[in-house]
Amino acid sequence: MKFFARSGDLWSGLALAALGAYIVSRAWTWVYMGEDGPGAGFFPMWYGGAMVVLSLVLVAGAVLKSPPREKPPSVRWDDVRRALTCWVAFVACIALMPLAGFVISFALLTWFIVAVMARQPQRVALPLAIGGALGFYALFELALDLSLPKGMFF
Amino acid sequence: MEILSGLLQGFQVALTANNLVMCVVGVVLGTIIGVLPGLGPPATIAMLLPLTFKLDPTGAMIMLAGIYYGAKYGGSTTSILLNVPGESSSVVTCIDGYQMALKGRAGPALGMAAIASFIAGTFGVVALMLVAPPLARLSLAFSAPEYFALMVFGLTMVVLLAGDSLTKAFLAMLVGLWIASMGTDLFTATSRFTFDRTELLGGIDFIIVAIGVFAVGEVLGNMEPAKPAEMLPVPKGLKNLMPTWEDMKKCRFAFLNGSVVGFLIGILPGAGSTIASFISYGIEKGVSKHPEEFGKGAIEGVAAPEGSNNAETGGALVPLLTLGIPGSGTTAILLAALVLWGFKPGPLFIQDNPQMFWGLVASMYIGNVLLLILNLPLVAVFAQILRMPGYAMYPLILGVSIVGVYTASSSLFQLGLLAVFGLLGYAMRKLDYPTAPLVLGLVLGDPMEKALRQSLMMSQGDPSILLRPIPSVLLALAALLLVVPLFKRINAIRIQVIERES
Repeated sequence: MKFFARSGDLWSGLALAALGAYIVSRAWTWVYMGEDGPGAGFFPMWYGGAMVVLSLVLVAGAVLKSPPREKPPSVRWDDVRRALTCWVAFVACIALMPLAGFVISFALLTWFIVAVMARQPQRVALPLAIGGALGFYALFELALDLSLPKGMFF
Repeated sequence: MEILSGLLQGFQVALTANNLVMCVVGVVLGTIIGVLPGLGPPATIAMLLPLTFKLDPTGAMIMLAGIYYGAKYGGSTTSILLNVPGESSSVVTCIDGYQMALKGRAGPALGMAAIASFIAGTFGVVALMLVAPPLARLSLAFSAPEYFALMVFGLTMVVLLAGDSLTKAFLAMLVGLWIASMGTDLFTATSRFTFDRTELLGGIDFIIVAIGVFAVGEVLGNMEPAKPAEMLPVPKGLKNLMPTWEDMKKCRFAFLNGSVVGFLIGILPGAGSTIASFISYGIEKGVSKHPEEFGKGAIEGVAAPEGSNNAETGGALVPLLTLGIPGSGTTAILLAALVLWGFKPGPLFIQDNPQMFWGLVASMYIGNVLLLILNLPLVAVFAQILRMPGYAMYPLILGVSIVGVYTASSSLFQLGLLAVFGLLGYAMRKLDYPTAPLVLGLVLGDPMEKALRQSLMMSQGDPSILLRPIPSVLLALAALLLVVPLFKRINAIRIQVIERES
């Protein structure tokens, strides 16, 4: 595999070029300059175009860069996996809210982070999860009178 | 006279029981998040902003500003005891502060950091009070073309100093402009980038992006395991925290240097407190009679950067309040807060809202005194926060993020967007895209487009309206700033500054 194929600049540049092209294509369908002055497509056309140009500059920079003499530090995929696992847990917590409500979903998220990700014993994880969730409920719902997401039961 | 009566009115506002409590809450929270590495003022202010909607805006602004400047006091504690900056602006303090601590002088280093922060922070507030009202009057002459040029200049400065790749900084800013233009175009009622979702017709709330990118993104980034650093002990007793008279005499120039440099750098968009602290450290070392002591525990090397990063706060509030132009991620969130509460930061802000402006100024005097008290005798208490494990803190941050977004929107769709922007924030960190230009692009995108379109309407489409004296100078400066990195030598200096910051 070519060295640049592993470059984050290459892939992020391509993604941004695609986004820029999408912005320009959408802006094309709106009025660019009307009788009263610039239309809805005027500003997006300019920044979308700039995005395409700059992202291609980024891609070109990644491709044309000479290969490093020493092997560059590789991406620590374990670290990325940990972060993404946490993100998936966060998304699952949000997805669970219409069913279980904030208190239960948040308690489960806290338990997951403490017990599964940080590998702490249950005697640490459970009180943190339950105490944290009830603390949020007491502070925001009861004391500050702010509404938390409600589920079917709670 | 006008300033004195304004200040008097400000103290009447700031000294009410409610506002005093808000000030105390703000500076205590600020000190705590300043002490904690990995959680900064933009994330905290963004998370707490939705919770302030039910509060009196003046009190809420006093609290958020307290977090902003309080964090800068707290950041030095971690730098000195752990050799890890609690805030990016305290990174220079690590150099001499930690060396002092290793030599058994942690107490005077912590004490000097608090004293220099107090002196320069107070100088910054005095300068803000003196500079902001006349500047606001001057900017009354500004209309749409001047504002557009000013925003272009501000964004250019931020892009220039945001990351070592100018291209990536620019792209981040353009993504911010794209997110800002989502929703219904107010001029023509056209729906833009709504993906046929009615939830997006009103655009994407700034709060969701800010909390996602700063708070959730920060938590995801911190999930990657890091080797824990060892903390040096905090000396017990106030007596052991006080610098000697000799130390104070040595730091006379550092107090002045930090105050003036910090305030002036603060006014410039994009430069920020980290650069201010580096410049004042460089000046201090340059004029010192014993530059060889710097890096080995020179107390002036603590006083100058700590002073300048606190004076910078006053400077940064000048363009924010008088022109409505933020210069950093944190001030962008403060601008969004003012707009959400129904204020219009700009030339008429002080005139129309004297209570808010002078109340804020007076609260900053009070806040600086409170922070001096908190950071001298109570520094050992705050240092204990460093022992709090990450696994206990991260769920808290995620929980407050969810509550913050839900309070602002009461919609699970917006919580989904929060997760998306959290992932974006993490990806930006991993791929070395700076986040400040994205947030500034998002905050300034809407007013910038409005100003540009109004300008072209005024001139019936003729772009030469942007060649009026003030806009042409600002646009020429912005263009010059973008050309500057093409010169290798200057670009090397720019990258050096950014590398030091990161």
